[in-house]
Amino acid sequence: MTPSAQAAGVAPRESPPATPAAFAMSAGHVSLDGRPVLRGIDLRIHAGEVVAVLGANGSGKSTLIRALLGLTPLSGGTAELHGVAPGRFRDWWRVGYVPQRLSIGGGVPATVREVVASGRIARQRRLRRTSAGDRAAVAHALEAVGLTERAGDPVGWLSGGQQQRVLIARALAGEPDTFVMDEPTAGVDAESQLHLAGTLASLVERGRTVLLVAHELGPMAPLITRSVVLGGGRILHDGAPPADAGCHPHPGHEQARPHVYDVSGGPMSTEAGQ
Amino acid sequence: MIEMLRYDFMWRALIAALLVGLAAPAVGTFIVQRRLALLGDGIGHVALTGVALGFLTGTAPVLTAVAVAVLGAVAIELVRARGRTTGDVALALMFYGGIAGGVLLIGLAPGGSNSTLTSYLFGSISSVSAQDVWVIAVLAAFVLGVVAIFGRELFVLCQDEEVAKVNGLPVRFLSLLIAITAALTVVIAMRVVGLLLVSALMVVPVATSQQVTRGFSTTMLLAMALGVASTIGGLTSAFYASVAPGAAIVLLALAGFVLALGVGRFVRRGRAQETGP
Repeated sequence: MTPSAQAAGVAPRESPPATPAAFAMSAGHVSLDGRPVLRGIDLRIHAGEVVAVLGANGSGKSTLIRALLGLTPLSGGTAELHGVAPGRFRDWWRVGYVPQRLSIGGGVPATVREVVASGRIARQRRLRRTSAGDRAAVAHALEAVGLTERAGDPVGWLSGGQQQRVLIARALAGEPDTFVMDEPTAGVDAESQLHLAGTLASLVERGRTVLLVAHELGPMAPLITRSVVLGGGRILHDGAPPADAGCHPHPGHEQARPHVYDVSGGPMSTEAGQ
Repeated sequence: MIEMLRYDFMWRALIAALLVGLAAPAVGTFIVQRRLALLGDGIGHVALTGVALGFLTGTAPVLTAVAVAVLGAVAIELVRARGRTTGDVALALMFYGGIAGGVLLIGLAPGGSNSTLTSYLFGSISSVSAQDVWVIAVLAAFVLGVVAIFGRELFVLCQDEEVAKVNGLPVRFLSLLIAITAALTVVIAMRVVGLLLVSALMVVPVATSQQVTRGFSTTMLLAMALGVASTIGGLTSAFYASVAPGAAIVLLALAGFVLALGVGRFVRRGRAQETGP
C-alpha cells in the first residue's frame, strides 16, 4: 500500500482522523467458479480520495469493487465499507453505485425521471411519500448530467452514453458521499464523456469519495488522485495516477507504467481527451 | 348489461372479474419487467396439482392451490437466484410436473376424473360461489397492498438486483414477495380464466399498455384499466353470446394488443417528428 495519495493533499475535509477508511480490504481473495480472480488484495481508500482502478480485461477490476461492496463474497481475507463488513453495513444511503451494464430497464418502459428517482430509495423508506426534497434532488441530478429535457422520455430512446448518464444521475439522486462506478466511460460518446468529467469534478469539489473502474480515463484523468493497477488478481501499482505518466510518454518513464496496464490497447491517458 | 345483472351468479362473476382484472396486470408489470413472463404459466401448471390435492384430501381446492402455488413459486425463485441458466429449465420442469401431478392425483381422488379439472384449467367464472368471492377479494387486497406498499422497492429490484442490494434493500425478501404475490394472483385468476390462461391476464394487458406509454407507472395503471376492460368486457360478451368466458376475456385482451400495436406505431412516429431525429 502506498499512502502517497493521502500525502498529496487529498485528505478528507470534514472527517476527523479517526474516521474509518471508505473502503478497506486486507488479504482479499475471491474465486469465481473455482478460478482465483483476486489473490491477496490489500487496499485502503480514504474519504475524499478519487481512485481509478485500472487494468486489462480479466485483471479483476470489477470483481474488486464488487467484493468491496459485498456483491461478490470473499473466499479469504476481509473487506470493510466505512469500517463495517459489507454484510453488516446499514448506511447504504452513503453509497452511490453506478453499475457497468448499459442495458437499463427490462421488459417495461421507464422514463428517465422514474429511473433517476429510484435512486432515492435508500433515503425513502416504505410508505413515505415523495417529498419536495426528493423531487429537488432528482431535478438536480438530472441537471447535473444534462438530461433535464429528456426526463419524460423512456430510457430506451436514449443513446448508450446518455443511458450511462442516467445511471450516474440515479446514483447522484441519492446524495451519497461515496461513489462506486464500474466502467462509467465504456462505450460512451465524447459529449457524454465531457458531461461525466464535469459531474465528477463537482463531486471532487465537494469532497466526495469516488472509486471507479476504467478502461480509459479520457477527460476524467486530471481529476484522479490515485490509481490502482490490477493484473492477474494482484495490485501491480498503487499511487500516482496515470495522468502524470500520460503527460510524459517517454521511454524513461516506462518503468512507472507497468506494461500490463492495458494489453487490449485502449487509450489510458489524457491524450485521448485532447 | 341490465339483463345479466338480474342474476346473482353474474354479480359474483363480475366482482371476481373486476378484482382479477385489477390485480393480475399490476403484478404482471413487475413480472414482465423482470423478464419472467412465463412465471405465471409455470405457477399455473403447478397450481393444478394443488387443485387435485384439494379433491383428494377433501379440502377446498382453492386453499390447496394457494399452498402448492406458493411453494412452486418459491422453488422457481430459489432456482432462479442460484443460477440464471437453469431458470427456464426449472420452469419447464414445473410445467410438466404440475400437469402430471394434477392428473395423477385427481385419478386417486374419490369420484375424481380429468373432467373435474377442466373447470380449473379453463375457468368457470359462472360457478363462482360467495365463499370464492371472499377468498378472491382477500387475496386481491393482499396483492394490491403489496404493490402499493412495496412498489417503489420492487421497481428498483426489477430494474437491477445488484443496485437494489447496494441501496440496502432486502433483495431476497422482495424476490420471494414478488414470487408469492404472483402465485396468489394465479389462484385468484384461476376461477376466472382458468389455469392455462392465467398468465395471459398478467402479461397481455402489460404488453398492450407499453405500446403506447413511456413510463413504468403509466404502463401499470393503463394495464390495470385494460385488464378490467377485458375481464368485464369478456364476461359480458360471453353472457350474451354464450361462449366460454375465459376464452372471451383472453381473446378480447389479445385484440386490444393488436389494436395497440397499430396505435403505438402511429404515436411513436408522431413523436419522432415532434422531437426530431
